[in-house]
Amino acid sequence: MEIIMAFVIGFLFMAAVYLILSKSLLRIIIGTGLLSHGAHLLILTMGGLGGEAPPVLTEGAKTFADPLPQALILTAIVISFGVTAFFLVLAYRSYQELETDDISLMRGSDEDE
Amino acid sequence: MLQVLYIFIPMLAAILVPFLYKSIKNIHTGWFVLAVPATLVIIYASYIAKVAKGEVFQAELPWIPSLDISVVSYLDGLSLLFSLLITGIGSLVVLYSIFYLDKHKEKLHNFYVYLLLFMSAMLGVVQSDHLITLYFFWELTSISSFLLIGYWYTRDASRFGALKSMMITVGGGLMMLGGFILLSIMGGTYSIRELIVIAPDLVGHPLFTWSLVLLLLGAFTKSAQFPFYIWLPDAMEAPTPVSAYLHSATMVKAGLYLVARFTPIFAVSELWVWLVTGVGLLTLFWGSFFALKQTDLKGILAFSTVSQLGLIMSLLGGGAVAFHVNGAADLVFKFAAFAAIFHLINHATFKGSLFMIAGIIDHETGTRDIRKLGGLMSIMPLSFTVAAIGSFSMAGLPPFNGFLSKEMFLSAMLALNEFELFGFDTWGALFPIVAWIASIFTFIYSFYFVFRTFAGQYKPEQFPRKPHEAPIGMLISPMILAAFVVIIFFIPNLIGDTFVKPAVQAIQPFLYDSPSAIDIHVSAWHGLQPELFMTIGIVIIGVLLFVALPKWQGLYNLFPRSLTFNNAYDKIMQGLDVGLYRISRLYMTGSMRHYLLYMFSGIVAIVLGTLFVKDAFSISFEGAAPIRSYQIILIIVLVIGTATTILAKSRLTAIIGLGSVGYTVALFFVIFNAPDLALTQLVIETISVALFLLAFYHLPKLGKREERMRFQLNRAIISIAVGVMVTLIALSAHSQKLIPSISKYYKETVYSLAGGGNIVNVILVDYRGFDTLFEITVLSIAGMAILAMIKLRMNRKEKAHENK
Amino acid sequence: MKTNDVILQFTAKIVFFIIFFFSIHIFMAGHYTPGGGFVGGLLTSSAIVLLVLAFDLKTVRTVLPFNYTYLTATGLLLALSTAAFPMFLGEPFFTHFFDYFDLPLLGKQSLHTAMLFDGGVYLVVVGVTMTIIQTIGEDE
Repeated sequence: MEIIMAFVIGFLFMAAVYLILSKSLLRIIIGTGLLSHGAHLLILTMGGLGGEAPPVLTEGAKTFADPLPQALILTAIVISFGVTAFFLVLAYRSYQELETDDISLMRGSDEDE
Repeated sequence: MLQVLYIFIPMLAAILVPFLYKSIKNIHTGWFVLAVPATLVIIYASYIAKVAKGEVFQAELPWIPSLDISVVSYLDGLSLLFSLLITGIGSLVVLYSIFYLDKHKEKLHNFYVYLLLFMSAMLGVVQSDHLITLYFFWELTSISSFLLIGYWYTRDASRFGALKSMMITVGGGLMMLGGFILLSIMGGTYSIRELIVIAPDLVGHPLFTWSLVLLLLGAFTKSAQFPFYIWLPDAMEAPTPVSAYLHSATMVKAGLYLVARFTPIFAVSELWVWLVTGVGLLTLFWGSFFALKQTDLKGILAFSTVSQLGLIMSLLGGGAVAFHVNGAADLVFKFAAFAAIFHLINHATFKGSLFMIAGIIDHETGTRDIRKLGGLMSIMPLSFTVAAIGSFSMAGLPPFNGFLSKEMFLSAMLALNEFELFGFDTWGALFPIVAWIASIFTFIYSFYFVFRTFAGQYKPEQFPRKPHEAPIGMLISPMILAAFVVIIFFIPNLIGDTFVKPAVQAIQPFLYDSPSAIDIHVSAWHGLQPELFMTIGIVIIGVLLFVALPKWQGLYNLFPRSLTFNNAYDKIMQGLDVGLYRISRLYMTGSMRHYLLYMFSGIVAIVLGTLFVKDAFSISFEGAAPIRSYQIILIIVLVIGTATTILAKSRLTAIIGLGSVGYTVALFFVIFNAPDLALTQLVIETISVALFLLAFYHLPKLGKREERMRFQLNRAIISIAVGVMVTLIALSAHSQKLIPSISKYYKETVYSLAGGGNIVNVILVDYRGFDTLFEITVLSIAGMAILAMIKLRMNRKEKAHENK
Repeated sequence: MKTNDVILQFTAKIVFFIIFFFSIHIFMAGHYTPGGGFVGGLLTSSAIVLLVLAFDLKTVRTVLPFNYTYLTATGLLLALSTAAFPMFLGEPFFTHFFDYFDLPLLGKQSLHTAMLFDGGVYLVVVGVTMTIIQTIGEDE
């Protein structure tokens, strides 16, 4: 299973990077969303997908899934939510102000001076 | 311990200054500040008697114990003399500034905070025994000097001067740090005293010459030696109390202190003697020669300071010669180090008073241009008297202290002529000649300064203000200093025994056991010696040249501007500016996508490189979890969802695609036994969808006509590379478990130590609580940022107003 | 856009309470079973979002007159002070304490300072999520 997941995660990352490198603001945001999904799955897979029960102490429990990657991912999920929301607002605010969503037109340099 | 705290008293007092300034408006803040250096003078004065007997005091305060760094206050003759100069002149300067800076117009809190900061830093420089803390205080003096020069920061010249001084002195300080580190590598210790003890072992070390040169670079930049002196004239943009304090009496002497302090370590080197003496003499001549070109009163004094610093520097070099002569204590060489310290004291007195007079003239007439000034003698008689005393002392005339130290300087230079090592027998004759010529110029500029200002024709129409004598408060400080100028002439041996000899013993510890062993007696009259004839020659030629000055001053304009060091500095700074800008423009294109391409390629290169170097490609299929059919279905859904986001034509489709990926990931969490994650992911996904819906109205469409992305090769290559990289990481991580999972510890202790059952949650709130704490902080920042972006923006009306 | 779907609004009201109490349960039980401050906070927010979708922001604002910015700040403060509190007892930063108590009606229960910290997390999550939703929703 881990082997297949490795390829699925690779595909997610590839799609995410491809979207992030596009010109459209919205696609970039979607790309970052995909990137965080990929990263979460990657952490989970790296920790191993075995384990027969959730990492909760119960009577007669045998082997747990590894709790540490899960804790890390939980943190990451919430952060990525904050970041996505931030990007979303940043994107539409800059769209309102600059009246374009093409980031190749949004250059910080003073070339046009 | 207490002794170390004395260093920090000014810094601690600086904290109170802004509050005093804000709350007590009627009383000039300077009066409160004055108490600080005045108290410290008394404290340090209590050490004088014991230190004069040769005792030393030491105290230590650990700072970074793990790196063996501590603040050590070490008071011997040299440190105490400097500490007294810093606090004594400091008191007079603060007193002077009370009348110089208007309490209603000036930002006094800034001024005094910087000044007190400087005072602490300077005390730290001269008392530190630890190389690293010495460096720390050294750079702190550069920074406070930067702040003080730029005190009137609205003026271009102030900012330029401040930056220039900082560039040069901080640059030199970094060199010095290099020298210090090499020293500590050679000697295995950071303590200066320990280094001095093992100094004979250091000489043969291959790094010895390097550390010597680097250390001297630090000293030369700080003490404005040739060719680094260029920052000092520009530093005259500082308020005059600062010029009097930092740029003549104390900070510029830090370089001299450094050379004096390290003489016992480096004096055995031929290079040291040549560099210190040679650069000192060159600076002496250069400064005195170009002082006559200046038209600004403070400019003259700046070049004069450069020149006098060179004089002391050359004397310190001469003092190092004593290490190469058997029985030096009996020979003429002994005068050099004594003269250096003696002149250092004298210079502080007469130059301090002259700077204050320059400030008074500026304050009362509104100009410092010597071409406009003249005939002020009858209007400002007190200022004239002080200026005349200071100038005559600087010119080396009796009955002022400058005469004594100048005579000793000439003796020392004549003695160098007779020194027979290092090729001095061929070049040695140059030393007295250069010294003599430079003294003539010193004589001329001293007269130039005082007589062009106070004698000659009175031209009131050229002054921005109607001139009158300064208020008495402003005159107190220069008058005290001028009084010292005269008094020292009559009691030179008292000063010599109390201050100079203990300091000399610190410079030449191998020659003398105690300060009283130094057999030097200063006298104004010592027979018809060559020194006396040289002085008479200086006076005669000096007077003649001064009278003829208007005829030959025009010669200075023949020097082309393009060949000056100032021009070189400007060119270097400009070149760096333009060159670095061009380089950064090569890759800083301003395009986000270019930056992202750099980053992704960089990450891929680094990670794949590491995998390759560490040979982490071996992939095993062991221990993998079994594959089940419903998992395959989920994977298919995930892939389809991902593909949808790439191929979607409309934004709604793309968002739905992303949502489907998110929910599938949640299902993955369910089947991989992560209920917490699954719950969180489900709820987050729901809220995200709501968020996208709310923001949907504002969002841009995908391209102008809602079209599919065009395929781009370089993007595709980078994305595939990243995908491959991540796959390899995942496979490698699965195949090679280098260290056992830490989770075992969590499982064992979760109930007994943390009293919980859900390990994931306990990790979040207990084991790794820091993560969570910072995470919610980040989350709050994101929330605040969103709030700010939407709520705190300017509306169009305000923006239109702004643009006007 | 004032929606006026009576059935939707009625259902939303009921579902809101169900989700809300469920979120409180999830939050409280987090130490022993799946759940905790994050999920609890997010569920509470989603319950409020549901109300927002069924009614509109203005109505929800009058019903739940919280200043979510303050809520975030309170949460942060609570989390930080829980973490810092042990320092006053001479323990390292972030030391947690717990003990078991016999409470009337509830029987034997454990009380944790970690719970307070999780409460801070809960408040921050609710505060931030609602701040985001509210500001975006109210924009123009």
